Amino acid sequence: MAVAATTAAGARPSVRAGRRPSAAWVGTVPFLGYVGVFLLLPTAIVIWNAIRNPVAGGLELSNLKLLFDSAERSYFTGSLELSAGSSVIAAVLGAVLAYAVASGNPDGIVRRLYLSGSGVLAQFGGVTLAFAFLATIGPTSGVLFHAGWYYNFPWGIGLIYAYFQIPLMVLVFLPAIDGLKVQWREACENLGGSTWDYWRHVGAPLLAPAFLGATLLLFANALSAYATIQAWENQISYTVPQQIYIAISSEVGLASNAADVLALGMVVMVAIIMIGYFLLQRRAARWLR
Amino acid sequence: MAALTSVGETPLAGHGRRQGGMQAGRRRRLNLFRYLTFTLFGLFFLLPLLATLRFSLEGKKLGTWSGAAWGQIASYPGLLSAIEITLEVAVITCAVVLLLLVPTMIWIRLKVPGISRLFEFLCLLPLTIPAIVLVVGLAPIYNKIEHYTVSALALFWVYVILALPYAYRALAAGLGAIDVTTLSEAARSLGASWFTVMFRVIAPNMWQAILNALLLTSALVLGEFTIASILNYTNILQVTLFDISRSTTNAGVLFSTSLAALLFAFALLLILSYVGRRRRGRG
Repeated sequence: MAVAATTAAGARPSVRAGRRPSAAWVGTVPFLGYVGVFLLLPTAIVIWNAIRNPVAGGLELSNLKLLFDSAERSYFTGSLELSAGSSVIAAVLGAVLAYAVASGNPDGIVRRLYLSGSGVLAQFGGVTLAFAFLATIGPTSGVLFHAGWYYNFPWGIGLIYAYFQIPLMVLVFLPAIDGLKVQWREACENLGGSTWDYWRHVGAPLLAPAFLGATLLLFANALSAYATIQAWENQISYTVPQQIYIAISSEVGLASNAADVLALGMVVMVAIIMIGYFLLQRRAARWLR
Repeated sequence: MAALTSVGETPLAGHGRRQGGMQAGRRRRLNLFRYLTFTLFGLFFLLPLLATLRFSLEGKKLGTWSGAAWGQIASYPGLLSAIEITLEVAVITCAVVLLLLVPTMIWIRLKVPGISRLFEFLCLLPLTIPAIVLVVGLAPIYNKIEHYTVSALALFWVYVILALPYAYRALAAGLGAIDVTTLSEAARSLGASWFTVMFRVIAPNMWQAILNALLLTSALVLGEFTIASILNYTNILQVTLFDISRSTTNAGVLFSTSLAALLFAFALLLILSYVGRRRRGRG
C-alpha cells in the first residue's frame, strides 16, 4: 500500500542516481556529529581531565595514583564485591528461569508475561526499586517482615540488585536457550543418554560461552548502577559511583580532578569486561544460528 | 505484499516443535519444574510490588486503609509538574532518537554499507560507558547549554545517547526483516525521492520496530535518575521522588507514584507484544 502511494506523491525522476561514495558519507554526518558531541567528547573530557594537572594544566599522570590509594581502593573493592555477587547469583537464577520460559509454549501467555515483565523490570533499576524493597522488608516499614540486614552492604543491596539483574539475564540468555535444537536432545536420547548426560555433554558446553558472556554483561550493569544504591543509602559510600558523586559535589570551585580519575578507573574496568563479553558472544554465536 | 506485512519477530516461529516427541515421564518432570520455577520467581517479583501497593494504601494510622496517597499524586507540591516535564522530555527524546537513527540507518544500509560495523559500535558504545562517567564529562558541556537555557528539557540531548543502544537494537531488528534494497529500488525507479523512500516506503514497513524503539526510549527516560540528579535538574520525576524520600520518610505518595509509573511502563510493553502478534496473524 505504501509503495503505491509514493508514486503519486513523489514522481520526480532523479537525474543523479549514480554511485558517488564520497557524497554518500554526508548522510551520516548528523549522526556522527551528535554522537561526537554528546558521547565521544564527554568521554575524552573525562580522560583528559584525569591525566592533566588540575591547577597548572599540562600532562600529569601522578593523578592516577589516587586509584591505588587505600581509601579509594575500598570503593573499587566494594563495587567489585557487589557486582560479582549479584551478577553470579542472578545469572544462575536467571538461566533457570529462562529455561523454564523457553521450554513452554512459544506463543503462550506465560512467555509473553515474563518477557514483557523482564523488559520492564530490567530497566527498573531506579530509585523506585529501593522504595519497593523498603516497603517489603525495610527495617521499620516492611510489610512482609522487618529485615535487620536490610542495610547490610553486600547482602541487603545485593538482594535489591537481583530484582533487576535476573530479568536482564532472562532477556539476554533466552535466545541462547532457544537456539538449542531439539534434534540434539533426540540424538543424545537415541544414543542412550540420560537427561544428566545431555546437560553434561551437550547442553552445558554449548551454553557455556553465552552464559559467561551474559554474566559479564550483568556484572557491567551492576558496576554502573547508581540510582538504586543512592536511594538505598546515601550517607555512606560503598561503591565507586557513589564516591564519584561525592567527588563531584564537593569539588565545586576546588581545583580537583578526583571525579575524573575515578571515572577513568570505571571506564577501564567496564571496557575490559565488555571486550570479554563481545569475544564470548562471538564464540557463542557459532552454534546459535 | 506478504513480505511487507510479516514484520514480526520471526525467531519465535521455529520452536513449536520443541514439545513434540517427548517422553511422558520427562514432560511431567519438566512441567513440575516449570510450575515450581514460575511460582517461586513470580513470588519474588510480585511481593515487592504488592508491598508497594499495600504501602500506597496505608491510612494515617498504621494498619488502616486509605486512598489518600493516590490522590496526593495530583496535589503533592511539585510532583505533578515533575511528571509533566518528564513526559515532555520523553516525547522530545523519542522524536530526536527517531529522526537521528531511522534515516541514518536506512541511508547506511543503502548507500554506505561499509561503515555499518562502525555505526553499530557507536550505537552500542553507551552501554559500556556508565551514566555516572558520562555525566562527569558532560558537566562542562551542560555549562555551555545552560548559558542559553536552564530548562530541564535540555536533558534530552544526553538521554538520546542513553537510548541509542536500545533504540538501535529494536530498529535494526525491524530493518533486517524487510528487503530494504528491493523496496527502495522499486520506489526509486518509479521516481520517488530519497525523502519519499525513507518516510513513505521503508519507515511504514518497520512501524512495529519504531514503536518498540519509542517504548524502550520512554521507559528509559521515565526511570532515569543519575544524570538528572547530578546535573541538578530537581524537577525531573525520579529526582523529585528521591528528594521527597529524603525529607519525609515513608511518604505514601512515594509508593503510589512509583507503582503508577511502573504499571504504566508494564502496560505499554504488554500492549506492544499483543500488537505484534495480531499483526503477524493477519499477514
